[in-house]
Amino acid sequence: MAVCIAVIAKENYPLYIRSVPTENELKFHYMVHTSLDVVDEKISALGKALVDQRELYLGLLYPTEDHKVYGYVTNSKVKFVMVVDASNTALRDNEIRSMFRKLHNSYTDVMCNPFYNPGDRIHSRAFDNMVTSMMIQVC
Amino acid sequence: MSPTQWDFPVELCCRPMAFVTLTGLDVVYNAVHRAVWDAFCANRRADRVPISFKVLPGDHEYPKCRPKRTSYEWYIPKGILKTGWMNKHLNLVPALVVVFYELDWDEPQWKEKQSECATRVEIVRQSLQGRNTKVAVVLIQKKTPLPPGEDVIASERAAALCNACELSGKSLFVLPHTDHLVGYIIRLENAFYEHAQTYYYTEIRRVKSHKEFLNKTTHQLLFVRHQFKIAFFSELKQDTQNALKNYRTAYNLVHELRAHETNILEIKTMAGFINYKICRLCFQHNTPLDAIAQFRKHIDLCKKKIGSAELSFEHAAWMSKQFQAFGDLFDEAIKLGLTAIQTQNPGFYYQQAAYYAQERKQLTKTLCNHEATVIYPSPDPLETQTGVLDFYGQRSWRQGVLSFDLSDPEKEKVGVLAIQLKERSVVHSEIIITLLSNAVAQFKKYKCPRMKSHLMVQMGEEYYYAKDYTKALKLLDYVMCDYRSEGWWTLLTSILTTALKCAYLMAQLKDYITYSLELLGRASTLKDEQKSRIEKNLISVLMNESPDPEPDCDISAVKTAQKLWADRVSLAGSGIFTVGVQHFVPFVQCKTKFHAPSFHVDVPVQLDIYLKADCPHPIRFSKLCVSFNNQEYNQFCVIEEASKASEVLENLNQEKMCFVPGKTRKFLFKFVAKTEDVGKKIEITSVDLILGNETGRCVVLNWQGGGGDAASSQEALQASRSFKRRPKLPDSEVHWDSIVIQASTMIITRVPNISVRLRHEPPALMNEMYCLVVTVQSHEKTQIRDVKLTAGLKPGQDANLTQKTHVTLHGAELCDDSHPALLTDVPVGELHPGEQLEKMLYVRCGTVGSRMFLVFVSYLINTTVEDKEIVCRCHKDETVTIETVFPFDVAVKFVSTKFEHLERVYADIPFLLMTDILSASPWALTIVSSELQLAPSMTPVDQLESQVNRVVLQTGESASECFCLQCPSLGNVEGGVATGRYIISWKRTSAMGNTPVISTVIILPHVIVENIPLHVNADLPSFGRVRESLPVRYHLQNKTSLVQDVEISVEPSDAFMFSGLKQIRLRILPGTEQEMLYNFYPLMAGYQQLPSLNVNLLRFPNFTNQLLRRFIPTSIFVKPQGRLVDENSIAAA
Repeated sequence: MAVCIAVIAKENYPLYIRSVPTENELKFHYMVHTSLDVVDEKISALGKALVDQRELYLGLLYPTEDHKVYGYVTNSKVKFVMVVDASNTALRDNEIRSMFRKLHNSYTDVMCNPFYNPGDRIHSRAFDNMVTSMMIQVC
Repeated sequence: MSPTQWDFPVELCCRPMAFVTLTGLDVVYNAVHRAVWDAFCANRRADRVPISFKVLPGDHEYPKCRPKRTSYEWYIPKGILKTGWMNKHLNLVPALVVVFYELDWDEPQWKEKQSECATRVEIVRQSLQGRNTKVAVVLIQKKTPLPPGEDVIASERAAALCNACELSGKSLFVLPHTDHLVGYIIRLENAFYEHAQTYYYTEIRRVKSHKEFLNKTTHQLLFVRHQFKIAFFSELKQDTQNALKNYRTAYNLVHELRAHETNILEIKTMAGFINYKICRLCFQHNTPLDAIAQFRKHIDLCKKKIGSAELSFEHAAWMSKQFQAFGDLFDEAIKLGLTAIQTQNPGFYYQQAAYYAQERKQLTKTLCNHEATVIYPSPDPLETQTGVLDFYGQRSWRQGVLSFDLSDPEKEKVGVLAIQLKERSVVHSEIIITLLSNAVAQFKKYKCPRMKSHLMVQMGEEYYYAKDYTKALKLLDYVMCDYRSEGWWTLLTSILTTALKCAYLMAQLKDYITYSLELLGRASTLKDEQKSRIEKNLISVLMNESPDPEPDCDISAVKTAQKLWADRVSLAGSGIFTVGVQHFVPFVQCKTKFHAPSFHVDVPVQLDIYLKADCPHPIRFSKLCVSFNNQEYNQFCVIEEASKASEVLENLNQEKMCFVPGKTRKFLFKFVAKTEDVGKKIEITSVDLILGNETGRCVVLNWQGGGGDAASSQEALQASRSFKRRPKLPDSEVHWDSIVIQASTMIITRVPNISVRLRHEPPALMNEMYCLVVTVQSHEKTQIRDVKLTAGLKPGQDANLTQKTHVTLHGAELCDDSHPALLTDVPVGELHPGEQLEKMLYVRCGTVGSRMFLVFVSYLINTTVEDKEIVCRCHKDETVTIETVFPFDVAVKFVSTKFEHLERVYADIPFLLMTDILSASPWALTIVSSELQLAPSMTPVDQLESQVNRVVLQTGESASECFCLQCPSLGNVEGGVATGRYIISWKRTSAMGNTPVISTVIILPHVIVENIPLHVNADLPSFGRVRESLPVRYHLQNKTSLVQDVEISVEPSDAFMFSGLKQIRLRILPGTEQEMLYNFYPLMAGYQQLPSLNVNLLRFPNFTNQLLRRFIPTSIFVKPQGRLVDENSIAAA
């Protein structure tokens, strides 16, 4: 479904990033990185709203000719970014939302691991598998 | 840049305006005509009607009008839109031709002039044969016209002129050449505008009328053409709503055309034109969302219409142009007031345009890689007879051919080849960079710093491809820090790799070294083999050799670069490159750590420098030096290794500066701090690590402060959060993460080796010279010098205490306010080992309460640290809290001569003042003397000599004194009368003889003095004896200035018989005294009540016997009658 999934730390460095066509990995890295501009802007706009009313899902960040970039930010300001092929019109907002929720749950599991040090890069097989499950369906 | 094939024609991009030509104006030689022309064309503001004017001679030939077609049945169009059509209607075929003619109404030769004018009109009409163009006449007149209807000649002649010229009255205008020229001109052009609109309206009708003759099979192209024309005329008519509607229809019709490889370019070109017009009008109508929607639809429809695969770069170029044009339109709309947002701004379109431009370049690279032997075909198939195409978007070698089959495949091949060869000469990088920089400017405006950086990276890469390495490096270097600070190492590595290539190709030593250092570092995501290649190159550069070329570089560029490097080598490379590492992530990490946050001055300062290399191979550095804020220490912290010598000797030292990757190396430095630096901070300002030979070429890695580079603070944070257990390492090694930087240390004084003892007898008594004995004993091994004592009130307490505390070394005299609260730096001399000295310190405390006293002893001593003699100043301090108390409490009371307590005293009547001194001191006090200093109003009744001289009071004991005083009548004094002062001079009993005596002054209380009218006092012996006469004399004094009537009676008593006046009434004159004599005869022994004297003053009913009793005795002791023998002894008792 997704072609690239990334987890970005509060300080905006990547904790986890994986894309499906591995040969063009750099392009996706740049895409995720540039999408942080919009995430930052959305967070600062949301900052004024009440914290408990905040919606974690940020929606479509920006469309490019070939891809759509969606964002999600946890309460601890960890960001999830998902890149979807623009031609894939089957994916609705709701599906993206539920994918993010799944991602968030899995990320929470990673954080609960006493051997994981928050802020380190994620090297979790369970998380990896979950990400793979969200990516393969198309390929 | 000259317009390329893909740029939109100017006539498409401009705003169409009604075209009106002016004839009969001689703007060169005729000043009046010049002024008229200027008024038409100069300073046309937005509020003037949209007309484009042109001055033409009266006999100008306008484009010929083709004969009207009566039937379309056999007509087959050759293309969609002729290339000249838009220009024709914008600039060649006018909507209105105006004939200017100088003619006044009162012209004497009217007839001749009228016919000349008619001729001119006729000539114009001739040249417009077949067109619907309007003609109008403007008469330029010298006189101001009269109001309409008043000038009969004028209206007559006007009608005649219209007739002669075959004009309607509406087409004849008068332009008086007077002061208000601009006003007339504006009115004129409004009238022209109306005519022009009518013209375009008829043109639209004319084109529409063709429609009914068309059929869908053969005239598909005409549907588009006509629709486009209607829309364009509507625009000329300034009817933008209808124009938009018609363009939309035209757009749909374009896509209904049958597309084939041969005509796809024409379709796309027209679709692009129409789309451009639609978007432009949407922005103009302030409906940007419609514009965006149209553009998206356009792109989606055309994206896949690539056409011929051999010429697919043309499609990319076309796409790029679409995006660029839309970006331009968007940007223009923003300049006119539209607001864009972060996620929808022109930048995205420029970016996409750049992306297609890149694709075009890629396609060109693969499709146009013809051998050099392939020559451009001759004759040029792209050449046409007129130099331009007849129809937009057609191939020059088969213009007007509608068949989908290629009639001449050979010709086609040559044509394609010509296009491909031409494409090869296009400077793609320039196009891409322009588009990218447009996008950068936009993203900067819409708060997209990362997008901006990304585009700048792309620009840098494009410059690299364009072989402009200087610009490429500049851009890449500029954005690197953004990626570094956010920790996107993959992206950083990719940028660095490109930058390294640029640096290599330009043989830029410093950049080459810097990028190599970082690419070897831990932030680089390069593979190990890459890293070892870079390391090898770095070493060769430092050894003044040429490095190997970077992979994937242009071969010719590499050749140039190799030459450049060779030049560098022949220059016998010299130079020291200092690289500040705090802005990047080099392959060596550094941490500094003082062993302790503070060092005593007599202990050597020790610090460790930890270094760790991350490169793939062991590497040897030549020198390590540390700089401090006090540069004198720098010399102690240097490790140098003469690389040449060590290579020969191969001693242990050689190992020292050779770093094994991943292993932490520790360097210990030791130095003795300067005594001047006691109390100061020693800070590491920088650490320099030198790679390479200092005499040849070397790099100085410079860490500011205590080490750490661009990535280390984040790493330290992560390490501190981590609670992972680190694997055990051998004793000599440490975990890099566990090292905490300690970049500064304090130098503190040497630990003193003396004792300071204080001896005293607390509490202090107020105002006394309190003695504090300070004993200083040296336990040092050597003599100590310059011992100084600072003693007194500890600073920083209540400010009032400073005023009320005085310290002196001399106990023999009382100290006063001139003495300080703290004695500083009293020189005490020298002390030999074990010797002790004693110093007496006297403190006088003027108020009660507790105080902190400080005794601070400092001295100099010579010691040796690390074989170095230093003079240290040591000090020791001692504080003590001393309570100050009152030495005694003094109570004062007034009593009557009968020792009865007095609330108030009576004028002129003696009373007693009693003082009570109660010792409150825990130590015995000696009262040296006491003195009563009376106020002037008080007079002593007898001598005032002290009764407590030399009395010693133990704790809780008290001493009392009694003075008989008298006070004259002073009238009514508010608050009583001052009594005077009581001064007690005292000292501690234990004090030595020379201790000064302290005088404590007690202010006596005031007393209320009251007058009484009559004073009675009695003279009677101190005791009586049974059955022996006891004479008693009462003196009654009149204290008033009145004659007093007094009733006196004496009550009988059981214990006495008496003789004298028992009841009497008498008068006492003012100031005189009456004496009453009684003879009492005691009957009983013991303490007996005397017969009471009752006095009644008739004038003063308040004067009671109660009051009287205070002055006269009421009882007396009566002794029993003794035997004669014992009389003497009894009398003695």
